[in-house]
Amino acid sequence: MSTRLATGGRHIDRARAVEFSFNGKRLSGFAGDTLASALLAGGQTLVGRSFKYHRPRGIVASGPEEPNALVNLGKSGRFEPNQRATTTELFDGLEATSQNHWPSLEFDVGVINNHLSRFFPAGFYYKTFMAPRAAWKHIFEPIIRRSAGLGKAPKDRDADIYEHFHAHVDVLVIGGGIAGLAAARQAGAAGAQVLLVEQSPHWGGRAPVDGAEIDGMDAGDWVKNTVEELEGMENIRLRTRAMGAGVYDHGYALVYERLSDHAPEDGRPRHRLWKVRARQIVTATGAIERPLSFAMNDLPGVMLASAVRDYVVNHAVSPGDRTVVVTNNDDAYRTAIALKEAGLEVPAIIDARPQAQGPLIEAARGLGIRIEFGRAVAKVRGSARVEGVAVATQAGEGAVLEDIACDAVAMSGGWSPVVHLWSHCGGKLVWDEAHHHFRPDPEKAPTGADGAAFVRAAGTANGAMTTAEALADADAQGRAAAEATGHTKRRKAVPRAAAEDFAPMAPVWMMPQGADIKLRQKMWLDYQNDVKVSDVQLAAREGFESVEHTKRYTTLGMATDQGKLSNINGLAVLAGSLNEPIPQVGTTTFRPPYTPISMGAIAGEARGEIFQPLRRTPMHDWHEANGAYWEPVGHWRRPYCYQRDGEGIEDAVHREVRNTRNNVGLLDASTLGKILVKGPDAGKFLDMMYTNMMSTLKPGRCRYGLMCTENGFLTDDGVVARLDEDTFLCHTTSGGADRIHGHMEEWLQTEWWDWKVYTANLTEQYAQVGVVGPMAREVLELMGGMDVSAEALPFMAFADGVLAGFNVRVYRISFSGEMSFEIAVDAHKGRAFWDAVLEAGAEFGAMPYGTEALHIMRAEKGFIMIGDETDGTVIPQDLGLDWAISKKKADYLGKRAQERSHMTDPDRWQLVGLETEDGSVLPDGAYAAADGENANGQKNVQGRVTSTYHSPTLGKGIAMGLVKRGPDRMGEVLAFHGTGGRTYRAKIVSPVFYDPEGEKQNV
Amino acid sequence: MSETAVSPLAGAVYEGFARVADAGPRGMITIRGDLASTEVKNAATGVAGVDFPGRGEANCVGEKGILWMSPDEILVLCPYGEVAETLATVEATLAGKHHLAANVSDARALITVTGVDAREAIAKLTPADVSPAAFRPGQVRRTRLAQVPAAFWMTGEESFDVICFRSVARYVFGILQAAAIPGSEVGYF
Amino acid sequence: MLILHCPCCGVDADETELAAGGEAHLKRFGPGSEDADFEGYLFLRENPKGVHFERWRHVAGCGKWFHAARCTVTLEVFGTYPAQTLEPPREILDAIGAKRPGWSWRTLS
Repeated sequence: MSTRLATGGRHIDRARAVEFSFNGKRLSGFAGDTLASALLAGGQTLVGRSFKYHRPRGIVASGPEEPNALVNLGKSGRFEPNQRATTTELFDGLEATSQNHWPSLEFDVGVINNHLSRFFPAGFYYKTFMAPRAAWKHIFEPIIRRSAGLGKAPKDRDADIYEHFHAHVDVLVIGGGIAGLAAARQAGAAGAQVLLVEQSPHWGGRAPVDGAEIDGMDAGDWVKNTVEELEGMENIRLRTRAMGAGVYDHGYALVYERLSDHAPEDGRPRHRLWKVRARQIVTATGAIERPLSFAMNDLPGVMLASAVRDYVVNHAVSPGDRTVVVTNNDDAYRTAIALKEAGLEVPAIIDARPQAQGPLIEAARGLGIRIEFGRAVAKVRGSARVEGVAVATQAGEGAVLEDIACDAVAMSGGWSPVVHLWSHCGGKLVWDEAHHHFRPDPEKAPTGADGAAFVRAAGTANGAMTTAEALADADAQGRAAAEATGHTKRRKAVPRAAAEDFAPMAPVWMMPQGADIKLRQKMWLDYQNDVKVSDVQLAAREGFESVEHTKRYTTLGMATDQGKLSNINGLAVLAGSLNEPIPQVGTTTFRPPYTPISMGAIAGEARGEIFQPLRRTPMHDWHEANGAYWEPVGHWRRPYCYQRDGEGIEDAVHREVRNTRNNVGLLDASTLGKILVKGPDAGKFLDMMYTNMMSTLKPGRCRYGLMCTENGFLTDDGVVARLDEDTFLCHTTSGGADRIHGHMEEWLQTEWWDWKVYTANLTEQYAQVGVVGPMAREVLELMGGMDVSAEALPFMAFADGVLAGFNVRVYRISFSGEMSFEIAVDAHKGRAFWDAVLEAGAEFGAMPYGTEALHIMRAEKGFIMIGDETDGTVIPQDLGLDWAISKKKADYLGKRAQERSHMTDPDRWQLVGLETEDGSVLPDGAYAAADGENANGQKNVQGRVTSTYHSPTLGKGIAMGLVKRGPDRMGEVLAFHGTGGRTYRAKIVSPVFYDPEGEKQNV
Repeated sequence: MSETAVSPLAGAVYEGFARVADAGPRGMITIRGDLASTEVKNAATGVAGVDFPGRGEANCVGEKGILWMSPDEILVLCPYGEVAETLATVEATLAGKHHLAANVSDARALITVTGVDAREAIAKLTPADVSPAAFRPGQVRRTRLAQVPAAFWMTGEESFDVICFRSVARYVFGILQAAAIPGSEVGYF
Repeated sequence: MLILHCPCCGVDADETELAAGGEAHLKRFGPGSEDADFEGYLFLRENPKGVHFERWRHVAGCGKWFHAARCTVTLEVFGTYPAQTLEPPREILDAIGAKRPGWSWRTLS
């Protein structure tokens, strides 16, 4: 059993007990513990169940590479699944629960999968759920989905806050071990602006645990001194609990800072996502120890040798009383020594190498530890936790020579540099024949905007595996990074460490090397995804020779693991199966983030009220207070209608239509785009922008215009007012203002840059109020201040003046068919003006109306709406708008495109009105069927509904649609198909349903 | 009728680690033209009473100033109540010269962010470098604040003026408020 | 996440301030043009693995369009230049030639 040692523990404060719970059980640890170290200290070796086979699992690692100890943390608004116990700092009141089991961690029904595991080989899902086809959707997928996934998705709204922060630095150093510190120190000395980030709460990485000596002092003291030195430099910024998550093009990097995970509810943001722009990035990300593949290597109690050492030294936690060390390298001897020095038993070191000599081996031997060379762990004994190991010769097939009783196994298969961040943006790797790992290829670094390398790996992350080498390398990389950013000030002395003498490691990818299939089926490569040696071998036999295919077929290295523990061992097994060298098999792609980051951090401040920008008109609050039912129009919110007490939405819309037709309605039209176009060439320019002739428009007059793309399709429409000889004000659709302004600027800047035209988007300068209906003029006359008579202000004219004391511009334009004044007033006065119109209109029955009433009234008049009648494939000619297309102009945007044969085809679908025979409302988007089928075996169609409403004015359904040769087929009845098999019969009629002569608007 | 003019934020104030406050209505006139021409320079400096800004510069004194917006655009600041006469003066100075001058006072909101760590609140929202080495009083930056375009300049070592479109004033105030929540100081600059 | 230097306002702009505008140096063909010319102008685009000339707009900045010469593989930027030109400036062509001997793009090389 694991337990707390009586003395020691670099990180823990024994004076500060911390209470927490695991699966409801109350436990206690110390400040400075991780959840993992506290669980181990409390004897909790079983922490979860594996993904596929529900096998009991314990803690394997001590850092972000931990594959098993994923727990649910917190509750309600702070619940989060899949949190690593090894990187979770303990705090008072922490609540953790284990995952992937039912009904309990100790007794899990799903473990049946384990006993059936030979029926779940690699590619099981692909092989099993093939047929019948319909079964996938209705049977297999729902079942698999329910049982898939590790943790539970949170249900409550996240109670914490998150944010982003943008930093621009010369040099970003990722990793705060001795290499990162050395690199930052030298880069800083050279004068560069440096940001140094470390994922854990502690500086120094492994060196203090491993007992290195630097510049004549203990590594821990060197780290402390160096951090103080760096803190004293004004050009260096240091952050702990900040993980380099990803490296991207042009020196962009994401750093994930965990501010208050260890102290929830202290008011700070929980996470901060740093968006760093660095001219140079140094990845001093260290290395991760590899497991060894022996049978039952996933039993709780089997741990990485370095993790065992970490827990003993950092947290004073013993993983067991008797720990067998199994290794292929010298480094694991440090674990044996650390255990022995802590007063614990190491029954044996099982070393797969035939022989090895070196100081660490001598030291272990000197402590009286039994060392067996050329030996392997044939299998681990035990069912729910380690009870012993069976020893065999590494060279053989697994015949047991001896059983050694133990309650923990510390394994080391060698070290792999953490190359994730180096690789994210294209850095390539080379295979190191001495250390049997991939390390960064300095010749193939990620390159930036100037074509030069911008990422440098440093220290063990760069394959420099001894303390002395790592420091020298990191120092040089820090210096080089600073120089690459133009900083070459003074150089500090290189930190020095004594040379370390290691015996060569031996590549051991399977233990024993000739293990039979029964053993191979119990050798785990990827704990998290339950992938075994036998699975990868099966994949290779079945032809999945590409490493990327093998990964997806077996799930090796997928999900949150991203190959941290499994990658090299899996590749080696695949290479062995294919009889190819490992570098030829290559690695899978490393993708950011390095370890999972929270969704909250990605969203940052974008949630709740500020999830996205919401555009409000000056009258927004009035609408809100008066029953507005909102409709999103782009980012704008516009009232769809204004509901009165007890009124349904449809009733409200119909009331608004009737009131506008009979009395007077008010429309907040502020969202309409308003673009000022000015200059001696403005008329010429607008002649190109619009299909109409705009240059002949007289000052003081308005003209409805159409805009097409260069591809000929209708893209926007609106009324253009000529303010004076040189100046036009172009109205656009509500959603089109920014787009059309951009469109104009694009042509002015990139094609006709010698034309004398300036534009300005004045959309938001004005609040605009439509006063619409037969009583509209009376309302304005009551407000007083300017002549709004038909003589002074005829239809399609505008005038500047004063109404009720407000400076206004009044346009006589109509989108409803009624007498209509659109009145622009400075936006800051918009609300006051709106109130004034309402007050004046009260005696005439003025009521506001929303966008739906607007839509109905324009449809009654047969006016098209961009986005309803148009969809990016419709030309103005399709909509009967030939009258708005100048025949005199030599050119306008879209003219050439409209000359193409398909655009002039008389068979094109064209705009018509549609009226159901029974007065019902056609379904929107419904198609009219035609005889026969097309080449794809689908029913032919001959038209579709583009706008459809119940007209309260006419008391029946009205619609517009595009129909093949429609205008030639007046009176013909078409069958439109709705959902549920219903068919609607509708007659082709004129699209103008109301006041075809225009007598009402032109008065 | 200027007494009926209300800014979209109606005087909102948030006291966080930086103070975020509605600056109220401000006169703003956009001028597009040949910035090298004497007429444009005179039109702007004549009403603003400050030197004509170079590329990327902001020259502001009190409520008046000139911001360089693009190679052919400047923004002239003046008290809100003086915008009509200011625009008339600008137009008179530029008569006969190809240009565009327009009152955009009501199309914008002006928000101040002040405090020792004001830079940090801004840096949470913009990809632009606002470190003291890169951005100082006298400069203007048009960029993005979270999801919307905005511009800002510094009126002192610890104070920013931020302008955005009127319709998104509450959004921008909201994100600045979120960026200035006490306890979220970054301690970076 | 690119950074492009905006030659119009002098800012090194983050990609999130920019909008991409497709291929640069297209010649417009209007009414009266041959179908093939019009097709080329409207639809046919280079899609090189290597040096490319592109249009960008500093949309959340000064609002101006500019051109960029960029390698689509390495994302190396050889230079940015104003949009008011019919061909890339000599010094950018020279810079590309120095780093990518034998390169070509449409009629340029």
